[in-house]
Amino acid sequence: MVSAIFFAREIARHDAGYRCKLNRFREDATLAHTDQAEPNRRDFLYIATGAMGVVGAGALAWPFIDQMNPDASALALASIEVDTSAVEEGQSITVQWRGKPVFIRNRTVAEIEEAQSVPLSDLPDPLARNANLPADAEATDANRGVVGKENWLVQVGICTHLGCVPIGDAGEYDGWFCPCHGSHYDTAGRIRKGPAPENLLIPPLEFVSDTTLRIG
Amino acid sequence: MAGHSNYVPQSAAAKWLESRLPVISLVRGSFVDFPTPKNLNYFWTFGGILFFILIAQILTGIVLVMHYTASTSAAFDSVEHIMRDVNFGWLLRYLHANGASMFFVAVYIHIFRGLYYGSYKAPREISWILGVIIFLIMMATAFMGYVLPWGQMSFWGATVITNLFSAIPLVGETIVVWLWGGFAVDNPTLTRFFSLHYLLPFMIFGVVLLHVWAFHTTGNNNPTGVQPKTKQDTVPFHPYYTIKDLFAIIVFMIFFAYFVFYLPNYLGHADNYIEANPLVTPAHIVPEWYFLPFYAILRAVPDKLGGVVLMFGAIAVLFILPWLDTSKVRSGAYRPLFKQFFWIFAANAVVLGYLGAMPAEGIYVIMSQICTTIYFAYFLVVLPVLGFLEKPLPLPASIADSVLKSGSAGSGTPAAAVSAPETK
Amino acid sequence: MSTMINMVRSLAAVAALAIATPALAAGAKVEIDYQNWSFAGPFGYYDRGQLQRGFKVFQENCSACHALSRVAFRNLAEDGGPGFTEDQAKVIAADYIVEDGPDDFGDMFERPAILADRFPSPFPNEQAARASNNGAYPPDFSLLAKARAPQRGFPNFVFDIFTQYQENGPDYIYSLLTGYEEPPEGMEVPDGQYYNHSFLAGQFISMAPPLYEDSIEYTDGTPMTVENYARDVAAFMMWAAEPHLEDRKKIGFRVMIFLIVFAGMLYFTKKKLWRNVEH
Repeated sequence: MVSAIFFAREIARHDAGYRCKLNRFREDATLAHTDQAEPNRRDFLYIATGAMGVVGAGALAWPFIDQMNPDASALALASIEVDTSAVEEGQSITVQWRGKPVFIRNRTVAEIEEAQSVPLSDLPDPLARNANLPADAEATDANRGVVGKENWLVQVGICTHLGCVPIGDAGEYDGWFCPCHGSHYDTAGRIRKGPAPENLLIPPLEFVSDTTLRIG
Repeated sequence: MAGHSNYVPQSAAAKWLESRLPVISLVRGSFVDFPTPKNLNYFWTFGGILFFILIAQILTGIVLVMHYTASTSAAFDSVEHIMRDVNFGWLLRYLHANGASMFFVAVYIHIFRGLYYGSYKAPREISWILGVIIFLIMMATAFMGYVLPWGQMSFWGATVITNLFSAIPLVGETIVVWLWGGFAVDNPTLTRFFSLHYLLPFMIFGVVLLHVWAFHTTGNNNPTGVQPKTKQDTVPFHPYYTIKDLFAIIVFMIFFAYFVFYLPNYLGHADNYIEANPLVTPAHIVPEWYFLPFYAILRAVPDKLGGVVLMFGAIAVLFILPWLDTSKVRSGAYRPLFKQFFWIFAANAVVLGYLGAMPAEGIYVIMSQICTTIYFAYFLVVLPVLGFLEKPLPLPASIADSVLKSGSAGSGTPAAAVSAPETK
Repeated sequence: MSTMINMVRSLAAVAALAIATPALAAGAKVEIDYQNWSFAGPFGYYDRGQLQRGFKVFQENCSACHALSRVAFRNLAEDGGPGFTEDQAKVIAADYIVEDGPDDFGDMFERPAILADRFPSPFPNEQAARASNNGAYPPDFSLLAKARAPQRGFPNFVFDIFTQYQENGPDYIYSLLTGYEEPPEGMEVPDGQYYNHSFLAGQFISMAPPLYEDSIEYTDGTPMTVENYARDVAAFMMWAAEPHLEDRKKIGFRVMIFLIVFAGMLYFTKKKLWRNVEH
C-alpha cells in the first residue's frame, strides 16, 4: 500500500516536471501558473487513482488475513459440557476446551479454608481473573470458586507465564506448580511465587444441572 | 540488468548501500529507467499480467496450504473444509483454481504474441528457451495441483498422465512405479505431488528472473521487429509501462473476477466434486482445458510410445524454433505469407483443443491426425521454407519512423513533444 | 492496424473456444427440464422458504438412504442458508442421535446432536449402504449439486459464459426426480431398476421413484406436487453444495464495480501520461 502511494506520487512528480517543460509550447498561461502552486485537476486524477489502488489493495488483503482467524467449525466447538458426578472431594479431572486443558477440582474443606485464610495483600495478583465476574473483582476464594458451589474450582490449566501446564497437588502452597519456570499457585489457583504475572484464568462456565458443567 | 540506471545515490545511507549492494540501481535499471520501445502494443502487457498471476497464485497457494491436508484420507475433506468453514476459504480456493486457468490464458496469448512478432529470433533465443522451460514447469505444476483435491478427476488424471511414462521402452514400468511410490496412485504419490507443487512455483519465479534478464540484455522486441536505434525510439519503463501494465492487469482482473465470482466451476470438472475412488473410472477422462491440444496430439497416434513421443515433441520443437525460422525479418507484420500460415496454425491449435475434449473415436481420430500434422508442419516445413520463398514488405527505418508513418498521430502535435521527455 | 484488430478478434475467438471446451466433456445426452432458479445469475440468492421446504423433503423422504455428511446443524442457522434461527437449528439437531466418545471407560456412547455436529449418515459405510439398497450406493447429498453436470453441447457452452449458467446440477436433479416414466414399447427394464429418461449413467436407475404427490406436508401453502418437491429439494442440495453462493455473488458485484471504475481511472491516467508520446 505504501508502494501504491509512492507510485502515485512518483507519477504526479514526473508529470509535473514534464508539464513545466511542455507549457513552453502552450499558450495556456493560467495552467502554467497553477502547476507550481497547488494540485490541479490532473494531479487530482493521479491522487484519486492512487487512493483507489490503496483501497483495493486493502480490501484484497483482508481475506488473506481473516483466513487465519478461527474458522466456523472451530467457533462452533467453543462450548463443552462435562459430567462432574464422578469427581469425589479432593479429586481433579482435566478436560479439553478450545484445545486447552481445563482443571476441574472438587476441593476439600481444608483446601478452601487454606485459601480463605490468605489476606488479599499477600497476593501478587489481586484480581479474580474470573470470566464470569467483572474484570475488577477481587481474588477472594469466593470469587475464584464456582458461584454457589464454592468447592468446585474450574480453571484453564495454562500457566500465565509462558503457557506450560502446571502440575496439580504440588508446589509450596499445596496448589499447582509449573515445572517450566517455577511458578507456585495456591489452592484457589492464585499465583503466589514465581514469574507468572496472573492467577490461573477461570473460563466462562455454568452448572446447567446439579452435575453437568458447561464450559464456554 | 543494472546497466540502464540513471540512479545517483543522494543520501549518505543510500551511498553507503550502493557501494556495498547496488540493489537500488539494479531495480531502477531494470524496472524504472529501463529504455523500452515506445511502440509496444497491448499484447506486450501479458508479461506483466503473467508476473501478477504468478504472485497471486503463490500467495493464494500459501494460505490454502495453511488449511489443506495432503493425505488420501483427509485431502478431499480438507478442501471441503476450506470451502465451507475457513473464513473466505471459498474465495481463496476459487481464486487459486481459476487462477491456474487464467495463467494459461495469459501464457498462451504471450506465446502466440512471441510467435507472431518473431520474439524467438536472434538475439532473443535464450529468452525464448527460458520461456519454454517456464511453460514446461507451469504444466507440471498445474497438473500436480489438480491432483491435490483428490477428487475423481484428480486421481484418474494422475493415473493416466503418470502412465504416459510406461510407454518408455525397457525402463518405463520401473519409472512409473518410482513416480507413484507404490503400485498405483496412492498416498505417497499425493504427498510427493504436494511437495513438488509447492516447490515448482518458486522455480518458475527464478526462471522468470532469468527470462527477464535475458531480454533486458538484448532489449525488448517490438511490433516492428526493428531494434531501437536512438532515444527517440524508447521511453523509460516507469511510468510509461508501469501504468500501462497496471491498467492491463486490472482489466485482466475483471475477466478473472468474472470467473471467480460468477462461473467458479465452469472451467473445472463436475467429477472432481466426487472423492477419488480407485475402483471406478469416470466415463470421460478429460484433462483441464489448457492441456487439451497436447492431449489430442497424444491420442492422434494409435501407438502408445508414438503418441507420447509426439506429445512431448510438440513442446520440444519449441526449443529449436529459433533455428527453424529462416526468415531474416522478425515481425510477422511485414511477412504477408507467414501471416496466413500463422493464423492457420492458431486456428489449428484451437481445433486440437476441441478434439482433445472429444472422445477418441471415428472422425475425431482422423481430424486429430490431420491437425497434428499441421502443427508439426508449421514448425518443421513452413517456417524453414518460408524464409527462402517469401518476399517481405519493406521494413521501417526505425521505430519512431514507423510510428509517424502509421498516421495515428495526425493531431499536429509539436515535433519536439514526440520524443521521450528526459531527452530534452 | 488492421492486423492488430484481426489479431485481437481471432484471439478473442480462440480464447472463448479454448476456455469453453471442458464443458463439452461431461456425460451422455439426457433430457433436461430447465428451471428458473432464484440463485441463478449475478444477483442470485436462495429462497429461504424453498430451502426450508427442500430441507423438509430431504429430512422426511431422502435422508433414510442419502447422507448429508458435510453439512453441520449450525449451517442451518448461518447467513445465506435456509434461515432457521439458532434455536430452531438446536431443536432440529436434538432430534438426531450421534455417536461420541470414547468416554472414561473407553466406550463409545450416543447422544443428541448439537449445532457443531454434522448430519449423521444413515449407513456406517458404503458397503452397508449397498447391502441395504440392492447393491446400489445412494450418493451423499452434500456435494451432489456440483458433482453432476449433463453435457451442454456446442454452442450452449459458449453462451453459458455470458449467461452465467451454473445450474446444471439442480436442473439435472430436478429432471431426474421428475424423469420417471413408462419405458418405451418393447424395452426390457432389469429387475430392481426403473426407467428414467434423465439419468446420466444410462436409462435404468436403481432408485425407485422417491416422490409422490401429497406425501410430504407443506405448511406454507405451496402446492404439494412432485414437481415442487423436486424443485425444492434440488435448491436445498445446491445450498448444501455451495453454502457461500450468496456471499460470493454479493462480493463479486462489488468487486466488479470497483475493478471497472479503477480500470477507467487507470485508463485516463495512462492516457494523460502518454499524451505526448507518439506510439
